[in-house]
Amino acid sequence: MSVDIQTVRRIAKLARIQVSENDADLESMTTELNAILNWVEQLEEVDTSNVSPMKSAVETSLFQRADKVTDGGYPEKIVKNAPRAQDNMFVVPRVVE
Amino acid sequence: MSNLTDLTMAEARDGLRAKDFSAVDLTKAHLEAIEGAGALNCFVTNTPDLALERAAQSDNRIGSGESGSMEGMPIAVKDLFCTRDVQTTASSHILQGFTPTYESTVSQNLIDDGAIMLGKTNLDEFAMGSSNETSYFEPVVNPWRREGDDTPLVPGGSSGGSSASVAARLCVGATGTDTGGSIRQPAAFTGIVGVKPTYGRCSRWGIVAFASSLDQAGPMTRTVRDAAIMLGSMASYDPKDSTSIDRDVPNYEAELGKDVRGLKIGIPTEYRVDGMDPEIEKLWSSGADWLRDAGAEIVDISLPHTKYALPAYYIIAPAEASSNLARYDGVKYGLRVSESDDDITELYEKTRAEGFGTEVKRRVLIGTYVLSAGYYDAYYIKAQKVRSLIAQDFTNVFDKVDAILTPTTPSAAFGIGDRTDDPISMYLNDVFTVTVNLAGLPGISIPAGLDANGLPLGLQLIGRAFDEQTLFRLGSVVEQAAAFKASPVNWWSAAS
Amino acid sequence: MSNMQERRGQVIQGVTGDWEVVVGLEVHAQVASNAKLFSGAPTTFGAGPNENVSLVDAAMPGMLPVINQFCVEQAIRTGLGINAKINLKSVFDRKNYFYPDLPAGYQISQYKDPIVGEGVVTVDLADGQSVDIGIERLHLEQDAGKSTHEGDHSLVDLNRAGVALMEIVSKPDIRSSEEAAAYLQKLRAILRYLGTCDGNMEEGSLRADVNVSVRKSGDPFGTRCEIKNVNSIRFVAAAIDYEARRQVDLIEDGGEVDQETRLFDPNTGKTRTMRSKEDAHDYRYFPDPDLLPLEFDQSVVDEIARNLPELPDQKKARFIEELGLSAYDAGVLVSEKETADFFEEAAAGRDPKIVANWTTGELFAALNKSGQSLSDCNVSAKQLGALIDLIADDTISGRIAKDVFEIMFEKGGNPAEIVEERGLKQVTDTSEIEAIVDQVIANNPDKAAEVKTKPKAIGWFVGQVMQASGGKANPKAVNEILKRKLES
Repeated sequence: MSVDIQTVRRIAKLARIQVSENDADLESMTTELNAILNWVEQLEEVDTSNVSPMKSAVETSLFQRADKVTDGGYPEKIVKNAPRAQDNMFVVPRVVE
Repeated sequence: MSNLTDLTMAEARDGLRAKDFSAVDLTKAHLEAIEGAGALNCFVTNTPDLALERAAQSDNRIGSGESGSMEGMPIAVKDLFCTRDVQTTASSHILQGFTPTYESTVSQNLIDDGAIMLGKTNLDEFAMGSSNETSYFEPVVNPWRREGDDTPLVPGGSSGGSSASVAARLCVGATGTDTGGSIRQPAAFTGIVGVKPTYGRCSRWGIVAFASSLDQAGPMTRTVRDAAIMLGSMASYDPKDSTSIDRDVPNYEAELGKDVRGLKIGIPTEYRVDGMDPEIEKLWSSGADWLRDAGAEIVDISLPHTKYALPAYYIIAPAEASSNLARYDGVKYGLRVSESDDDITELYEKTRAEGFGTEVKRRVLIGTYVLSAGYYDAYYIKAQKVRSLIAQDFTNVFDKVDAILTPTTPSAAFGIGDRTDDPISMYLNDVFTVTVNLAGLPGISIPAGLDANGLPLGLQLIGRAFDEQTLFRLGSVVEQAAAFKASPVNWWSAAS
Repeated sequence: MSNMQERRGQVIQGVTGDWEVVVGLEVHAQVASNAKLFSGAPTTFGAGPNENVSLVDAAMPGMLPVINQFCVEQAIRTGLGINAKINLKSVFDRKNYFYPDLPAGYQISQYKDPIVGEGVVTVDLADGQSVDIGIERLHLEQDAGKSTHEGDHSLVDLNRAGVALMEIVSKPDIRSSEEAAAYLQKLRAILRYLGTCDGNMEEGSLRADVNVSVRKSGDPFGTRCEIKNVNSIRFVAAAIDYEARRQVDLIEDGGEVDQETRLFDPNTGKTRTMRSKEDAHDYRYFPDPDLLPLEFDQSVVDEIARNLPELPDQKKARFIEELGLSAYDAGVLVSEKETADFFEEAAAGRDPKIVANWTTGELFAALNKSGQSLSDCNVSAKQLGALIDLIADDTISGRIAKDVFEIMFEKGGNPAEIVEERGLKQVTDTSEIEAIVDQVIANNPDKAAEVKTKPKAIGWFVGQVMQASGGKANPKAVNEILKRKLES
C-alpha cells in the first residue's frame, strides 16, 4: 500500500494539520511517508494467523476507584493557560451546529 | 574539598551526611556549571532560584535529621514531566509558555525525597527522536567529541538534554523517559547509566504522553548505584495511573555487590545484525566474558521476531501519538495561531501546522493513517499481533535465562545533521532497545568502553518484568569489570 | 407477549402508496453517580462555568483516566434490567475527532467490545398491544462539554465533559412514533426503578439520537437519517413524524435520502441538516492504551442481580396476579416508579382495587387538570389511604369522599380532620333519617303513590332524601327506610 498526495491531504485534514495547497510541496512528504509505510510493511512476512493482538503491556486488572468527589472546584486553574478565556470559559471562534 | 560536580550521587549523599558541604553548596556548584555550559544547550528552562530555595530547605531537613533518600541531590528533569509553576514544553513550540498547576507523580516523589530540581532539560519534540535534533529549542550538543575532532555530536535522544547534563557534570542525575530507547540510547551515547524500568513501575501521571503503552520514566546517572538510588525514589504505585502496578518498591541499592554466580545470561543471536560495527561486537563479547568471570553462565538464545520490532513500533507508537497529541489544539493551553475571521477548523489546522515540527507531523500523519478506516487491521492490528509475538519471545527465553545481554546501540554518537535526511536510518538507532518497550520489560544501559574515536559505548541488560534487582546486580558487575572512568573533556565552558 | 404479525405500524401515505417507518433509538442516559466516569470531579447540575472540572476532564498534558467502579456497576444493573447479556470482558476505545467541547480530541467510549450485549424491552401500546424492542448493546462513554454562543465566538464549559453516560442502542425494531415514545417511556421507567439514571430530560440526563428511515412494506431498510440529541419524549415522536414525512416526500419527488445527521427544532417542529459535522467521519477507534480491558467475574454480576429491585414488568405481573388489578390499571400504575410507589403505599392493608380506582381515577384526573406531578401534589399516599378507610368504615359516603378529596387536593390536610371540621360525617342514626324520609314523603304524596305501581320511582326519593341530608345520610339506610315506608 502506498499513499498519494490526495491521501496525504485527507490524512492531514483528519489530523487537523494545515498543509500547502500546492501539490508540488507535498511530494517530498508523500515520498517520505511511503518510504516509512513500505518499511513497516515487512510485518506482512510474519505469520500472525493464530495470534491475538497485544492489549496491554502490564498483567493486572483494571483498578476501579470509588464514586467519591475528590476533584474539581478550580475553574481559574482550568483556564489559566488558555490563549483566550472569558468568565472562566475557553473562547473559540463561533461553532455552528 | 574536591570539585563538587564530580561527585556521584552516593558520594554527594555521604558528603552531605558528614556535613562536608551543604545542599546549598552542592546546588550552587551545579548551577555554576550549568551557567558555563550554555554551548551544550541542555536546558529549556533553568530554575536556579527555586533550586536554591529548595536546597536551603534541604539543609534544614538534614540539620533536623529528616533526610530523604534523594536529600539535597541536584537533579535535572526532562521537560516532558509537568512541574508545578515551572514551564513545561515537551520541547515543542505548541506548548511554549505552558505552566502546569500540577506536579508529575515521579517528580513529586523526587521532591518528597529531598531532590532539588535545577531546571528542565531539552529533548526531542514530544520525545520523538533519537538525536535531540527535533527539539523546537535547537539540538543539544554531546559533551563528548571524537578525539582530535571538533565536530559537534548528538547526545542521543529523546532524553538528550538529560544525558548530556549528567555526562557534563551539570547535575548528579536526571530523569528521562523511554518509549523506544529514549533513556538507554542517549545514556550509551554519553557514557552514563540509564534505566528503563518495567512498564507500570513508575507512574505516567503528569508526564506528557507520547505513546501511552510504551512510555516509561527512569533515572539517568553516572553510576549503577546512583541509578538504583534514584529509581527507588521515582518508582511508586500510583492509583492515578491505571497502568501503574501495586507492588512494593524493593531496595535496589541493596542488590549491588550481591553474588551473580549461577545466574544465566542470554546472548540473543538475532541481535548480531549484518554489518555490525566490529568494535561493538567486541565490546559485547567482553561483556559476556566479564559476567562469566563473575560466575554467571552465558547461554545462546533466540528471539526470533526481533527484526520486526522496529516496524511494529513505528505503527503502534505513531498511532497512539496521533491520538495523544490531539489535545494540542490552541484552545486550552500553549500556542494558538488564528486570524480574526478563522473558523475553529482553521484555528486547529494553523495552530498544529505551526506548533508541531516536521518529525512530529510525520508521526502524527503516519499514526492517523494506520488507524484510519480500511487500514486499521492491516497496520495497527497486525503490529499489535507482532507485538504479542515479540513479548512471547521474551517469555519463552526467560524460562531459561535470568537476563539478556546486548549492545545498547548499533553505533556510537554521530554528528549533528548526519542522519536528519533519512528518517528510517534515524529510527534504526533504537533497533536494540525497542523490543524491551514493546514487551514492557526493564532494561539498563551501562557505559562499557570507548570506541576507536574515544566515544563511549554501552551495553544493555534486559530483565524479567519487575526484576530490576537482577539488572542492578549484573549491571554493577559489568560496571566494575568495564572500569569505565572516562569523562568528556570540558570544552564547553570556554565555548559558552 | 408480542405479536409481530398483527402489529400495526405507522403508515405514511404517499402518492405512490403506503410507506412504513423504521426507527432505532440511541439513548444516552447519564449514570446517577457522584463523580465522573474517569475523574473525581462532581456531576452536579447547574454549577458555575468549569467548576465541575478536573485536570483530567480538561485534558491537561499527562493526565490519565481512572474508572469509577459505581458507573461500571450501574451499567451492569441496567444491562440486567433490559434483559441483556453482560460481557465479563469489555474494552474502552478512543473515538478520535476534533471539537471544542471534546478537550482531549477523543472521547473514551466502547466500540467493539461493549460491557452489555443484546437484550430486550417489552413496550405496552395504547391499544393494549405489547411489542418487544430489541436492544443491540449498552456501553459506557464520556459526555462532552457544552458551548454557548456569543457574537462571533463560542464559550466552552467542560462541566459535563467526562460525565458517565450509558449509550443504549435499540435495534431498528420500532415502527411508529407512538412505539418510539412508549419505548423511551419504558426505558426511562426501568432506569428510574433501577436508580441508575434519574431520567431527567430537561437537565439532559436522558437524551435520544433518533435514526429514521422509510420503506415500502417488504422492501429492505431505506437510508436513514440520525436526528441528534432530542431531549423530550414528545419531541422524539414529533421528530419522527416530521422526518418520515420529509423522507417520503423527498423520495416521491425523485430525490434520495442522504445519510446525514440532523437536528430537531422544537420551535418549528422540523428537522434540519447539522452544518458543523459536514466532513466525512473517520473516528479511528482503537483501544485506549491508558486503560486496561475491563474484566470482572460472573459473581459480580450475580451479586448485582440478587440486589436488583422489582422492575416494571414484574411489578405489573404481581399487581395483576396478587392484587387482582386489571392489566390496564396495573400497566398505568407501574409506568412511573413514583406512581407505583404511591399506589403501593396507599394500598397497604386496603382493598387494592379500590385504591387503584382512586389513584387512576380521581388522583390522575386532578393531576392532569392541574398539571402537577405526583411529587408536588398535596395528597400523600397515606392521606389517600386514610380517605379510603373513611369510606370503608362508613364514616363518609363515596360521594362525600370525592368532595373531601377535592379539598385535600386543593388545600391539603388530613381527610379525617376535613370531615370533622366540615361536619361531613355520614348520618347512620335511623331515627334522624326516618324524620327526613317522613318529611319528603309528606311533601310529595303524589310521587309516593306512584311508587306502588312503579317501584323504580323510589330512586327519585333516594335522591331527594340524600339532598335534604346534605349527602350525609347513609344511602343503604335511606333505601331500607324508603322501601319499608313506601312499598308496604
